[in-house]
Amino acid sequence: MKHASIALGGKAAAPPRPAAAAPKPYRFPRFEIVTLDNGLRVIVAPVRTLPVVTALLLVDAGASTEPAGRDGVANLTARGLLEGTMHRDGNALTEQFERLGASVFSGADWDTANAGVTVLREHVEPAIALLGELALTPSFPERDIARLRAERLADLLQMRTEPRGLADEMFARFVYDPFSRYARPEEGGSDTVSTLTRDDVRRFYTERYRPRGSTFVLVGDVSVDEGVSIATRTFGGWDGVVSPIAPPADAPARRTRAVHLVRKEDAPQSELRVGHVGLPRRHPEYFRVMVMNAVLGGLFSSRINLNLREAHAYTYGAFSGFAWRRGAGPFVVSTAVENDVTADAAREILLEIDRIRAAPISADELSLATSYLGGVFPIKYETTDAIARALAALAAYDLPVDYFDTYRDAVRAVSTADVLDAAQRYLHPDALQVVVVGDASQIRAPLAAMELGPMLAYGADGVEISKD
Amino acid sequence: MRIPIESYRLSNGLVVTLSEDHRAPIVAVNLWYRVGSANERLGRTGFAHLFEHMLFQGSEHVEANEHFELIQRAGGTLNGSTWLDRTNYYETVPSNELALALWLEADRMGALLPAMTQQKLDTQRDVVKNERRWSMDNQPYGTWSERLPALTYPPTHPFHHSLIGSMEDLSAASLEDIAQFFSTFYRPDNAVLSIAGDFEPAQARALVEQYFGAIPRGASPIPPLADMTLPPRFGATHREVVPDTVMVPRLFLAFRAPVFGSDEYYAGSVLGAILGLGKSSRLERVLVREREIASEATAFTFDLSQGADLLVIDATARPEVSSDTLEAEVTQVVDAVRRDGVTRAEVERAIALIETSFVTSLQSAGERADKLSMFAAMFDDPRLLNEQTDRYRAVTAERVNAFARERLGTDNRAVLLYVPRHGEEGEPDEAEAASGAAR
Repeated sequence: MKHASIALGGKAAAPPRPAAAAPKPYRFPRFEIVTLDNGLRVIVAPVRTLPVVTALLLVDAGASTEPAGRDGVANLTARGLLEGTMHRDGNALTEQFERLGASVFSGADWDTANAGVTVLREHVEPAIALLGELALTPSFPERDIARLRAERLADLLQMRTEPRGLADEMFARFVYDPFSRYARPEEGGSDTVSTLTRDDVRRFYTERYRPRGSTFVLVGDVSVDEGVSIATRTFGGWDGVVSPIAPPADAPARRTRAVHLVRKEDAPQSELRVGHVGLPRRHPEYFRVMVMNAVLGGLFSSRINLNLREAHAYTYGAFSGFAWRRGAGPFVVSTAVENDVTADAAREILLEIDRIRAAPISADELSLATSYLGGVFPIKYETTDAIARALAALAAYDLPVDYFDTYRDAVRAVSTADVLDAAQRYLHPDALQVVVVGDASQIRAPLAAMELGPMLAYGADGVEISKD
Repeated sequence: MRIPIESYRLSNGLVVTLSEDHRAPIVAVNLWYRVGSANERLGRTGFAHLFEHMLFQGSEHVEANEHFELIQRAGGTLNGSTWLDRTNYYETVPSNELALALWLEADRMGALLPAMTQQKLDTQRDVVKNERRWSMDNQPYGTWSERLPALTYPPTHPFHHSLIGSMEDLSAASLEDIAQFFSTFYRPDNAVLSIAGDFEPAQARALVEQYFGAIPRGASPIPPLADMTLPPRFGATHREVVPDTVMVPRLFLAFRAPVFGSDEYYAGSVLGAILGLGKSSRLERVLVREREIASEATAFTFDLSQGADLLVIDATARPEVSSDTLEAEVTQVVDAVRRDGVTRAEVERAIALIETSFVTSLQSAGERADKLSMFAAMFDDPRLLNEQTDRYRAVTAERVNAFARERLGTDNRAVLLYVPRHGEEGEPDEAEAASGAAR
């Protein structure tokens, strides 16, 4: 290593690195939970710092609650809410919102569907009245449902040339048992989406969009009394019960390592995903696993990023993460690397997974991870939108009401021995699936030479190619 | 909605802006350097951005990557970004760590070069090349961000060339270039330091003086940029068709627009929001919802405060729609606005949406600090932050229509059209998916 430093004139004696002053106390915003007579859970968090309010309706109607063969109906239904109500069509509805300056959104993830709005305080009442209208009396116009369906099919088509999305989707497909809902795209694949009808949407809405099992979150410049009264006025007349549905099966596709090569000709980079089935959100060792992952690949200063980016310059960035769902979401290491170092990068990722299972992390690494996770907590919750989404997660995963107040203590309680234990129990080197989307002609031979496991090749449609 | 703003200048020329509030025990530190890709010489492109990476490689008292580690260990977030006309560096930390954030920024402003090595440069050069591959070369439509400026600014104009740079120029960057670039631009008299959030002003001022006060002003004047002024319109329709590895066409339609901060800018920005912000914008309503020829359509400006700005429309075709149809339909929406004007209701909707988004963004200390730096760096007046809402509210339908008549004509258009490369359109699978998509 050369140290060719360059002299700089006019240098003053530098002051020493400062020590931190005593930290100030922080508490997650106070909130109250009230259950209305119809079973709707209402969470109000008065955060009166700016004249802004975020309202969020959360329904137990995510992709994992879809009926068999109806993949994509959760997303189509949630998005369809904005397409019109019994009282006005989609254009008029969104225009009403936007004339109030309100940004309105709706969508579904694996576990829940949501519709919400962020608006200035002065327009809270009319904006939430509109939110109630779209949630309780959607009309799901035939033509607009067909349009949303076609837009999803267009997205799927585009995905074939979009390497990041393609790699994520292929990874899910090769990691989960083909019968698991988690093996298929969250918003549905073209096989099911192309068959979805307005009746499917109506039926899904009628079965899943009910007050009991749903949560209304209100965060911002409102009092608790005011929030509960708005919620009662808007949603008090809603009725029905959502039947709880067990999380999807989350069995792995295979228990031994394999390499999956998805061909993308002339790609100047390979998108690499390495991982296996992870853990469900309500896992008792959530905090240990999170700290372990932070050291492995969750932070900029994590082992994987410092190795792949700063030591080897293989990539612009490399990260690992557990996706948290009601069932076991995936654990995955993600990066994009040049063709000629694709195999090297895969090897370094495997080495880092072995290394964190072989010996305890240093006290320094532990304190970096725990002080980061604890310290950024107030920064993560600066906005009404972020607070509302945090409270929605609390509801979606039935976390204890003191979850946010005990969070930092729970993080601080994790030890180096806990991290080693979590790495040994929840990282499975022999079960890793290595998924590469890239130029097979350049990366196949070096990958094969590593003998990581059987190598399978696929087209961009995910169909296996016997010979390439 | 007004936030408190104090501003002063150190004797070495560093502009400091402060905005105190104690809503949460966090504080944001933000530095804007008035240097971006516009300051690069031709044949040396990508340098400002490469340099942004080098600023995380350590300084005299900070090891490589230690800046990241120290801030994260303190429980903070951080990053930097490069744009055509500026580079910013920022961190948000728990308020008891303000001194650390200021000390780190001061060490790299005052003492970067002693820590630079060829090996660090080589590594970051490769990282940046991978960033280029990741964000542009291996991404459908990814090259738009360098093709559009190339199509809309004359070859000698400072905004014409690629921000991230060409692979050749990145390869040619030397350690001497780094030293030269650093001493030319990364100096207190070319920077704005903003602090927003939970701090005591007297203490913050003392820390700023302690850490930044002794850093000397630059030795020579900052080299002026080439003349950036341009006529209000292109004078013709510029056009480029790019066959790319994409499944469906995407159109970028750009208009030369007035610089950020000018009265006309606000009319243009409101027009942009009428066209492409929100679900009931013109483009969304007509192209996505009614005509069903696009799957998405938005409009935005680059917000450049010198030379000339761009108002850009971006629309992606549905699979069964040809690039000709896409272009014709987007053009029709633009022509209709130019011919028939916009309504007062549309103007009100746009201003209301912009205002909510502005106030909402100010919830974040990092955003407040960045906006303070922006107004101080661009206009020498951070207090302009508090005038933004009024300036938007002053926009009328008449002003929007005057803007549309002047700027949206065929003598002021740039058409950048991505089309599927031959052989990728009409594959059996695609035809199948497209027919599945048809009503």
